[in-house]
Amino acid sequence: MIDLLWLIIALPLAAAVFLHFFGRYLKEPLSGWLASAAIGGSFAVAVVASIPFIQGGEHGETQMLWDWMPAIGAGFEILWDPLSALMTLIVTGVGALIHVFAIGYMHGDERFHRFFTYLNLFAASMLTLVLANNYAMLFLGWELVGLCSYLLIGFWYTRSAPPPAAKKAFVVNRIGDFGFMVGLMIVFTTFGTLSYTGIFARAGDVLSSGLATAIGLLFLVGAAGKSAQLPLYVWLPDAMEGPTPVSALIHAATMVTAGVYVIARSAAIYELSTVAQVTVATIGALTALWAASIALAQRDIKRVLAYSTISQLGYMFLAVGATAYVAGIFHLMTHAFFKALLFLGAGSVIHAMNDEQDMHKMGGLFTRLPVTAWTMGIATLAIAGIPPLAGFWSKDEILGSAFSRGGWFSVLWVMGLLTALLTAFYMTRQWVMVFLGLPRWAEGVEPHESPRVMTLPLVILAGLSVVGGLINTPLRLTLEHFLDPAFELVTLQHPPEGLGMFVLLAGLSVVAGLAGAAAAFVTYRQPHNAWRDFENGLEPLWGTWEEAYRVDDIYGRAIVYPGRRAAEVAAFNVDLPVIDGAVNGLGRLVRGLGDWARPLQTGFVRSYAALFLAGTVVVVIWLVSAS
Amino acid sequence: MVDAGWYMALAGALFFIGTVGLLLRRNALVMFMCIELMLNAVNLTLISAGRALNDLNGQVAVFFILVVAAAEVVVGLAIIVAIFRVRSSASVDELSELRG
Repeated sequence: MIDLLWLIIALPLAAAVFLHFFGRYLKEPLSGWLASAAIGGSFAVAVVASIPFIQGGEHGETQMLWDWMPAIGAGFEILWDPLSALMTLIVTGVGALIHVFAIGYMHGDERFHRFFTYLNLFAASMLTLVLANNYAMLFLGWELVGLCSYLLIGFWYTRSAPPPAAKKAFVVNRIGDFGFMVGLMIVFTTFGTLSYTGIFARAGDVLSSGLATAIGLLFLVGAAGKSAQLPLYVWLPDAMEGPTPVSALIHAATMVTAGVYVIARSAAIYELSTVAQVTVATIGALTALWAASIALAQRDIKRVLAYSTISQLGYMFLAVGATAYVAGIFHLMTHAFFKALLFLGAGSVIHAMNDEQDMHKMGGLFTRLPVTAWTMGIATLAIAGIPPLAGFWSKDEILGSAFSRGGWFSVLWVMGLLTALLTAFYMTRQWVMVFLGLPRWAEGVEPHESPRVMTLPLVILAGLSVVGGLINTPLRLTLEHFLDPAFELVTLQHPPEGLGMFVLLAGLSVVAGLAGAAAAFVTYRQPHNAWRDFENGLEPLWGTWEEAYRVDDIYGRAIVYPGRRAAEVAAFNVDLPVIDGAVNGLGRLVRGLGDWARPLQTGFVRSYAALFLAGTVVVVIWLVSAS
Repeated sequence: MVDAGWYMALAGALFFIGTVGLLLRRNALVMFMCIELMLNAVNLTLISAGRALNDLNGQVAVFFILVVAAAEVVVGLAIIVAIFRVRSSASVDELSELRG
């Protein structure tokens, strides 16, 4: 079975290459279906290959495809264990649904086939990342998904906003990558290899807690960049300039989860450093709260979801920081379902509203877009943590684990609870503003439900958001047993035992969720002027949230401007006068010497003869004196 | 036998006359004659030194110099004649176009 695993990466990669060269000759929907088939094929292979894990007991195997750099333990080696299998299923499953949705969404775009080339290339890269058995292959996938993110955010590059957004994503990611690379260097110098098999089993014996802390913190820098945590999250809201399927796939369900995956995969290292664990969890909780507050005041339908993604990723970081790795991965999965659904639903709304994205100009869309409204409603309930939908189970497991770890983590638990309240508020606010109330849209916009190629993925994802949580309830920890072999080197944190504690903690988070949802519902169900007044009444706080605490402005003045000035000084005050001056000066010197020597060439035979004589005299004197 | 020193002195004087003539005269043919004078002064030096030291190498060297001088004269006179045909003048001062 492991022999066919290379297909998982190869199918989307081959499709991407094919579409790159021949996509333009295919009629429009065909290239989309080809791309969807490729990733669907990967999903099918992954399902079949996961069966041994479902039956339990299997430990996972590796397969070396090509020994690229044996000296550093870096080859194209696939690791097929429960964790990589689960990640693969999520990436290919949700990815396939998004590919199908995109066939409808990108209809009519003149670079239709190019879009699917990039989407498949992204899929192949992300799969390389999760299937790697060494940090080098992981990093290769890591960088490639960053590249695909850049290509896809800037897909509509003729517009003014996407290119800077794409560059911003890439540059901010690079900062994180720097930290990650330094961490990898420490790993290599300590272990002598980058291969997981040579690292995790020996980590306890080889790493001092200081080194483990260093590696853990540096990996966190990389993960914060890729997964949009404080302080490197600023690229994700701007990334919404890309087409909505891109936002759904890359910036919600898959690429941004790579940071969480890296930390979970490196659990054996984090096991050795409490400092690193606490830092990861604190960053996660802080980010969750910070981003949720910003989401409260956003007007653009996709920006709300962007900050929501940052916030939910914060929950995942809180989980893996508290060594509740299963909880973190569980939330990664449920989040993929409902966040992809929310983004695709938003795409459906945007498509219906003729590319309008300002929620203040929506309203009353429930009757026009019933399928979208119902599915997004389910997703809203899921993300707000209302049982028995998926979000409740995963979020609660995270909060419970933080609570039971105690100490500082109790503070983080409170932050998580508060975030849950805010999450329910801003998601309900969004749903009510878009679908209920009186229509506020401009003249000429004719909202209509999307075609089936777009609504079918919505329905499937809604179903998953409803039942997806049931695979890891306290009554039946199926997912945990599934993932056990991947985490056997570490001790997992769990929520407190006992039905009483469960009801108490779950009750608290459900109350928080319901309170937030109810408050938003009541506020935004009012006529449009009333909630406008409510928002204005909360100034200047509301304005600060809407401007995202002006972080981009601060970064611009504190970092971007000095950097640009430094570059200008280096270019015009150092390079031009000093270096160019030196080179040009040398040229001028040589020419000057030439000008001085030229008069020797008189053209006069007799003066040459005289010089001849003088030279001969000198030589003779020298010869005579030398003897 | 006359003291070899006198021959050397004569050769030196001839060499000096040839040098001065080379530097001061403008006519190409005269400059050539001065060059020949210098060469022959050297020949005289070599012969007298050979006689004084009883060494045949002096006369051997003279043979070489005579041959080279002859070849050089052939080429040089051919060039001067060619220039004269073009310019109708044998003054070297006029041949100064290769200036810097």
